[in-house]
Amino acid sequence: MAYTDKVIDHFENPRNMGSLDKESTEVGTGIVGAPECGDVMKLQIQVEEGRIVDAKFKTFGCGSAIASSSLATEWVKGMTLEEADSLKNTDIVEELSLPPVKIHCSVLAEEAIKSAIEDYQSKQSSD
Amino acid sequence: MLESISMTNEASEETPSLEANSLVYMDNYSTTRTDPRVLDAMLPYFSMHYGNAHSRSHSYGWAAEKGVDTAREQVAALINCKPSDVIFTSGGTESCNLAVKGVSQMYAEKGRHIITTAVEHRSVMDPLRALERGGFDITYLPVDTTGTVDPQSLKDAIREDTIFVSVIFASNEIGTVQDVSAMGAICKEAGVIFHVDACVGLDTETIDVDAMGIDLLSISGHKMYGPMGVGALFVRRRRPRVRLSPQLEGGSQERGMRHGSLNVPGIVGLGKAAQLCLEQRTADRERIRSLRDRMETAFTEGLEEVYVNGHPTSRLPGSLNVSFNYVEGESLMMGMSSVAVSSGSACTSSTLEPSHVMKALGVDEELVHTSIRFSLGRFSTDEEVDRAVEQCLQAARKLREMSPLWEMFKEGIDLASIEWKHD
Repeated sequence: MAYTDKVIDHFENPRNMGSLDKESTEVGTGIVGAPECGDVMKLQIQVEEGRIVDAKFKTFGCGSAIASSSLATEWVKGMTLEEADSLKNTDIVEELSLPPVKIHCSVLAEEAIKSAIEDYQSKQSSD
Repeated sequence: MLESISMTNEASEETPSLEANSLVYMDNYSTTRTDPRVLDAMLPYFSMHYGNAHSRSHSYGWAAEKGVDTAREQVAALINCKPSDVIFTSGGTESCNLAVKGVSQMYAEKGRHIITTAVEHRSVMDPLRALERGGFDITYLPVDTTGTVDPQSLKDAIREDTIFVSVIFASNEIGTVQDVSAMGAICKEAGVIFHVDACVGLDTETIDVDAMGIDLLSISGHKMYGPMGVGALFVRRRRPRVRLSPQLEGGSQERGMRHGSLNVPGIVGLGKAAQLCLEQRTADRERIRSLRDRMETAFTEGLEEVYVNGHPTSRLPGSLNVSFNYVEGESLMMGMSSVAVSSGSACTSSTLEPSHVMKALGVDEELVHTSIRFSLGRFSTDEEVDRAVEQCLQAARKLREMSPLWEMFKEGIDLASIEWKHD
């Protein structure tokens, strides 16, 4: 099973790899997965007036996990929170041509997005 | 007109140097390249001496038989047994299966307790699990964090109804070599049949079945620079005489223990591979070990948070199983894609389960997912080591930049204290 070109591309040229200020009220941070499972994704979004203006990721995981989270940050940039919340893991699977054994990577990326949105929203309500 | 067979008894030349490659092969415990000298020995048995080794009535058969006889002698010389004690099989998996199933079926009336270790290869583990489901009682001896079994634990585990002990000589995953001599002595005293899975390690280590008290020994051709699809099983004939129930039936070959026409070219290749191992195992051992040590030092000194898995000294010379903390194994392999290696990470297995051997060591599960196995061999070179080190360090650094766990570590956060959100 050779890696697909798209997965390799996300590894060699990661989009939006890095960190945002997790203390900022404009930033939502989602951390999902666990080290003992071999998959941890940190996905952050910067939100202005209900729209995601920046997104960053860091991932501990296989090539497909890195590609899934990298792709997720690419897609959510420019989306409203509602649009980002309705992103389906199956979209990621299709775009990256993930084989069945790697589908869980896309599920984790979807969870990371939702977790980041949830974190952002919890910061708004506590102000 | 059949040409006469040339017997290659003269001393072989030096290890041939292979053509330079853009890829670096460091996965010798998965399989080894067939030595060109082995290939040369095999070829005439495809095109000239292609008779069935059991055809008694013509010279094609005699020529094939002669090739097989020579191979039997070569394998016997490698492990210090009689040629008639050697049975040929289709490979290490078949040899291990024949040992486990052959003994358990033959001696089931005598007892149903078998002892093995927690770090066996699946070709022993799986048949034993099947026996367990069928009513046998299996004891799995634990290992310490270096992967070593304490021989005392074997002694303590032996019972009245123990009929068989099976131990892997050297781990294909972490390279740890077991003290089979001590275990052989324990089994001999207790009158229990002792099988050693020696599929990995015969290219550099010396196994003497008499001195070590071994009754059955599994051998794999493609792990010792021979061809795939062939192996051998040493079966002791005297003191004690070990009998096996055949698993393949349909003839009378191999002393009734393994029927089927012999894979003559494969067997000739296995024999030649064995001869080469006998001749160069000492020199290869030192050369491979020094390459491995240089590589290990480059990793442990080039990066922090690097852990070497396996016993520090009692380890195969080519084995380098190393965990780069905070970097997942499959992604690291992808990052150094021109170097062929393996990983203990769950992501690389078809069942998404991490390696059971690594788990048995009792190390942090995270170190399992971050482990990479380099297995150097006869054809590894200094230049390859340099390239592999450079690629690996570069990829590891890049992946650490990408890793949220590395970030947390650098911030001084104790990862063990975090409550992770996962299913």
